[in-house]
Amino acid sequence: MSPTFQNILIAALILFCMLNMAALMIWIERRLLALMQDRLGPNRAGPFGLLVILADMIKIFTKEDWIPPFSDKVVFVLAPAIIMATTLLSFAVIPFAPGIQVIDLNIGLLYVLAMSSIGIYSIVLAGWASNSKYSLLGGLRMSAQMFSYEVFMGLSLLGVVAMAGTFNLREIVDSQQRLWFVVPQFLGFVIFMIAGLAETHRLPADMPEAESELIAGYHAEYSGMKFGMFFVGEYVGVILISSLMVVLFFGGWHGPFLPPLVWFALKLGAFLFFFILCRAAMPRPRYDQFMALGWKVLLPLSLLNVLVTGAIILANT
Amino acid sequence: MINLFYIAALVAIIATVLAITRHHAVHALLYLIVSLLAVALVFFTLGAPFVAALEVIIYAGAILVLFLFVMMMLNLGQDAKEQEREWQPLRIWIGPALLSCILLALIIHAIMGEGSASVVTEEVGPKAVGSLLFGPYMIAAELGAFLLMAGVVGASHLRRREFQSEITGKEES
Amino acid sequence: MLSHIRSLALVFRHLFRKNITIQYPEEKARLSPRYRGRIILSRDPDGGERCVGCQLCAVVCPVDCIALQAAEDENGRRFPEFFRINFSRCIYCGLCEDACPTYAIQLTPDVEMAEYDRPNLVYEKEDLLISGEGKYPGYNYYKVAGLSIGGKDKGEAENESPPINPKDLMP
Repeated sequence: MSPTFQNILIAALILFCMLNMAALMIWIERRLLALMQDRLGPNRAGPFGLLVILADMIKIFTKEDWIPPFSDKVVFVLAPAIIMATTLLSFAVIPFAPGIQVIDLNIGLLYVLAMSSIGIYSIVLAGWASNSKYSLLGGLRMSAQMFSYEVFMGLSLLGVVAMAGTFNLREIVDSQQRLWFVVPQFLGFVIFMIAGLAETHRLPADMPEAESELIAGYHAEYSGMKFGMFFVGEYVGVILISSLMVVLFFGGWHGPFLPPLVWFALKLGAFLFFFILCRAAMPRPRYDQFMALGWKVLLPLSLLNVLVTGAIILANT
Repeated sequence: MINLFYIAALVAIIATVLAITRHHAVHALLYLIVSLLAVALVFFTLGAPFVAALEVIIYAGAILVLFLFVMMMLNLGQDAKEQEREWQPLRIWIGPALLSCILLALIIHAIMGEGSASVVTEEVGPKAVGSLLFGPYMIAAELGAFLLMAGVVGASHLRRREFQSEITGKEES
Repeated sequence: MLSHIRSLALVFRHLFRKNITIQYPEEKARLSPRYRGRIILSRDPDGGERCVGCQLCAVVCPVDCIALQAAEDENGRRFPEFFRINFSRCIYCGLCEDACPTYAIQLTPDVEMAEYDRPNLVYEKEDLLISGEGKYPGYNYYKVAGLSIGGKDKGEAENESPPINPKDLMP
């Protein structure tokens, strides 16, 4: 097998797995949320209600795909494609296991950050192109929120980068063989987690689409498969942030006894579960409180984290 | 790699031209974003992946989002489009076009003079950029930092005065 | 911050609690005997219809879903000629039950009356009538009321003394 062909195969496999996992997440989230709220959740269609995914898909595919006549049509259609493209492209540099990685990019971490910053456009443009007040408000909130939290996301990772001495994700995983970075970089991990919540605009940080104030925010005017792209894109984003947490703070595929891929999947599952738990347990903060938390607490903390980490590394060398 | 470079450069040029000529502000911005992404790719093909990533994160991902933010707040309609059209009669293009023709001639001359211009394929990693920034170009980096700090302090100060007058206004009434 | 962690832990613990969901078609929720569900017409202990066609239920019904026509048999006993309840309009408020002087109309704890066609929700008298006495066993309106009908004259009802002749001077 030629290396090019193998690469393409791995890329296709990862793409396939990620999309399926995102679809599966819909079911997992609904079941888990239900269980946490002492309910049962969808359990009728098929074994354990798994076929509810299929039903959802059929519904989304066959729904009328309405483009509002008052919208900016080209941008309106473009917006949902951006979020899917950027989040799926980010998976290219995630090392799932030794050898299972599409490209071993030297600046892998920066690449992921760049992709997530491009992903903002999807939501901002969706909010603007819909040409409706709620969508615009959602888009505005989103742009400010993601823009702010991207700063802390980058800064919180600098500690990890400084300790590993590289932006290459595979090498970051390799440098965690003895000690996971979550121990020395616990502050960075917490900040990254909050920023990740804000970045994937999941509850409790879903102010851009807060249904009780903005109907559905930026995707209020979307229907059919275009809405489906936002819907699945959100889950792909959750998987991306979770796998980043695994790679950066929890030693990636490292672990005793079990094969690397299994370890990665286990850790990934734990974080996905945590995301759902957060959604079930946390109330949505007021928007200005959330922004104030970012700029007044998380930014100084992450700067402090970078400073202290740098000082310790300097003292040790 | 060299083909990639030329394609990216072409995309950058076309997108930039479109960004200038669009009458719709948001569409122009979108072309500007595409142009910046193309420039990032140009950097990448020239062996500067770190700069490419920063270009995307900072220019395309942060600064233009702010531009877009402002555009969305302004809610530019048909009037703005017509005004834009009035502001751009054909003859104002003459000056910039002449100037850029001179630049083009210079570039062509430079390329011809150098012979076959070699694209540097040596990759400059983040470490090299960092040691350059905090080595020989320390003063430039520090000055930039000062400038940004001044901006932050200024913005905070402006907001603070406004905020205080709001509070006192409320207390008086 | 601490409270957030506590709420996370609390919600996590709920993962292992017993679910309160009732899997409806297989297991049914318990409805109290006084639950206001499907409306029925009950009968006397003797098997006669309790309804006397007084129209009070139709009048009190806030959505006007009850329609009936009174008639009289050869004994002078009144009964509804037809009795129609449109359940697609009924709001199950129970006012008809309160208004009924003969305990004929009653609400039952039965809610499973979904239909595919709306006209099927219009119940006629034969659909409404049950063979039992409902919530008030042993009650017979004509045995209690002072009215004279065929087979029962004035003064023959329960707890009723014979009528006094006003023209008679004897105490």
